[in-house]
Amino acid sequence: MSLDLVLDWWVNNERLIDLLVTALGQTILMVSVAAAIGFIFGIPLGVLLHLTKESGLLSNGRLNKSLGVVVNIGRSIPFIILLVALIPFTRFVVGSSIGTAAAIVPLAIAAIPFIARLVEGALLEVPSGLVEAAQAMGAKPKQIILKVLLPEALPGIINAATITLVTLVGYSAMAGTVGGGGLGDVGIRYGYQRFDAAVMMMTIVILVVLVQVIQTIGDYLVKRVDHR
Amino acid sequence: MIEIKGVNKVFYQGEREIKALDDINLSISEGCIYGVIGSSGAGKSTLIRCVNLLERPTQGSVRVDGTELNALSNKELTLARRKIGMIFQHFNLLSSRTVFDNVGLPLELAGVSKQAIKEKVDSLLELVGLAEKKDSYPANLSGGQKQRVAIARALASDPKVLLCDEATSALDPATTQSILDLLRKINKEFNLTILLITHEMAVVKSICSDVAIIGGGKLVEQGPVGDIFAHPKTELARQFIRSTLDLSIPEDYLARLSSTPTEKSYPLVRLEFTGASVDAPIISQVAREFNLDISILSSNMDYVGGIKFGLMLAEFFGTEDATEQAITFLKKSKIEVEVLGYVA
Ligand SMILES: Nc1ncnc2c1ncn2[C@@H]1O[C@H](COP(=O)(O)OP(=O)(O)OP(=O)(O)O)[C@@H](O)[C@H]1O
Ligand SMILES: [Mg+2]
Repeated sequence: MSLDLVLDWWVNNERLIDLLVTALGQTILMVSVAAAIGFIFGIPLGVLLHLTKESGLLSNGRLNKSLGVVVNIGRSIPFIILLVALIPFTRFVVGSSIGTAAAIVPLAIAAIPFIARLVEGALLEVPSGLVEAAQAMGAKPKQIILKVLLPEALPGIINAATITLVTLVGYSAMAGTVGGGGLGDVGIRYGYQRFDAAVMMMTIVILVVLVQVIQTIGDYLVKRVDHR
Repeated sequence: MIEIKGVNKVFYQGEREIKALDDINLSISEGCIYGVIGSSGAGKSTLIRCVNLLERPTQGSVRVDGTELNALSNKELTLARRKIGMIFQHFNLLSSRTVFDNVGLPLELAGVSKQAIKEKVDSLLELVGLAEKKDSYPANLSGGQKQRVAIARALASDPKVLLCDEATSALDPATTQSILDLLRKINKEFNLTILLITHEMAVVKSICSDVAIIGGGKLVEQGPVGDIFAHPKTELARQFIRSTLDLSIPEDYLARLSSTPTEKSYPLVRLEFTGASVDAPIISQVAREFNLDISILSSNMDYVGGIKFGLMLAEFFGTEDATEQAITFLKKSKIEVEVLGYVA
């Protein structure tokens, strides 16, 4: 009987399901591309922040301070404001200021300083003795980064990735503002503006499951690579 | 092999100046095991870190195998360091790598081929007795095993010098001994020069041929281990020697001990034999000559580099006069005597 009910609902709501599936696809696309770009720039930035510290391998107080200021500015602007403020830049990069691609730009920009700080924190956990041991065995700075710092910080970096993805899922709800679509957008448009509680509930359930899946995979990977 | 000349190191902590090393001169010849001993904060770590320039001396020259390290460019220094192995108190193994990959790391850094790495690492793990642990991660090893891996790693690039910074300080006595045995073995096998720093005289006694004593950033004494044990010139040296002979008064004696003699009490004395002491069967001599009965409470005698030395706690049973004369005689024989009190 319950199967009949589900089937019945399915047939009657094909359009709605289409909408949700598309929205889920948009959310996943926005989050994953933005995270990928965020990591491409955020990891090196985090490494640089770590290395230029006073006691760091490539200690450079000036550079460290300037980078720190830039990162802090990026972190302190509320995402919804960043989204709007970046519109000219977004138009320059993707040729349009609306659509899913246009939403990816501010998401990626927001992700970079966020990831940089998390990576910096993960690197801080690596005991300084390991860097010293590597120096003592004749490792060049590049080798120390690639063979010691990053592999040793990998559990922390994967953790950072998990946190970033979950945060971006949250941010992506605001992407509707620039016509980016996604689950959050559906939830707001149907649930908030049209008082369709059922649709809103469904988007929430899907988001909860999505976040749960991200966290579970992240935790599993951390466990796999963590030999401490 | 290692020449340290006029090395000074000053740290600045805000406005404060910390003189960690003060005009250190050391010459360590090839193939020997050289110990540097000092208490906490004496500057030992700073000194050993100056040998591979992990710490740049504020002043002075450091030559290893004829090369003046201070004059090298960063790139050349990186290469020079490959000929200077180092092990640490806390092992500093990479937790993300297996035992095999940890030992292979220095070779990987030097761009050695996979096949050559495998051969070298397998033979090194055989040498340190951990062949069957090659796929384990450091987290699953005991302290002693970790230090063995660290030693294998330090040997991977065939260094001429091995620096050991408190390599046994985190280990229990039995494991310490096994690590020291391993160091002695590689010293012989590869004619490896070992510079070892420690705060335990027992370590020096057990494997070093020469020793330097460092206190407050200054080198206060140095020479062959036997000589230092035989003729310690400074109070610091004497302290370290004594620390190898922990001899405390048993609880119940301590309770019965008073600082002044009474009718029926006998002196409890501590005798310290040093390298300067007359080498003769002195206890029985004293007993016979002064008609004393000597009861040895505890004793800790040792033999290092042809020198007999040690501590002894004993009660002297005899007349007051005889006791006095005996003590004078012992002192003349260059045995240090201290009356700890009187036991009723
Ligand atoms: N990076 C640093 N900055 C400031 N002071 C330092 C630094 N490293 C060492 N010192 C100081 O130099 C002195 C010698 O330190 P060092 O670490 O060499 O002592 P140590 O003999 O190795 O002691 P321990 O047995 O506790 O390891 C200490 O007073 C210490 O506080
Ligand atoms: Mg130290």
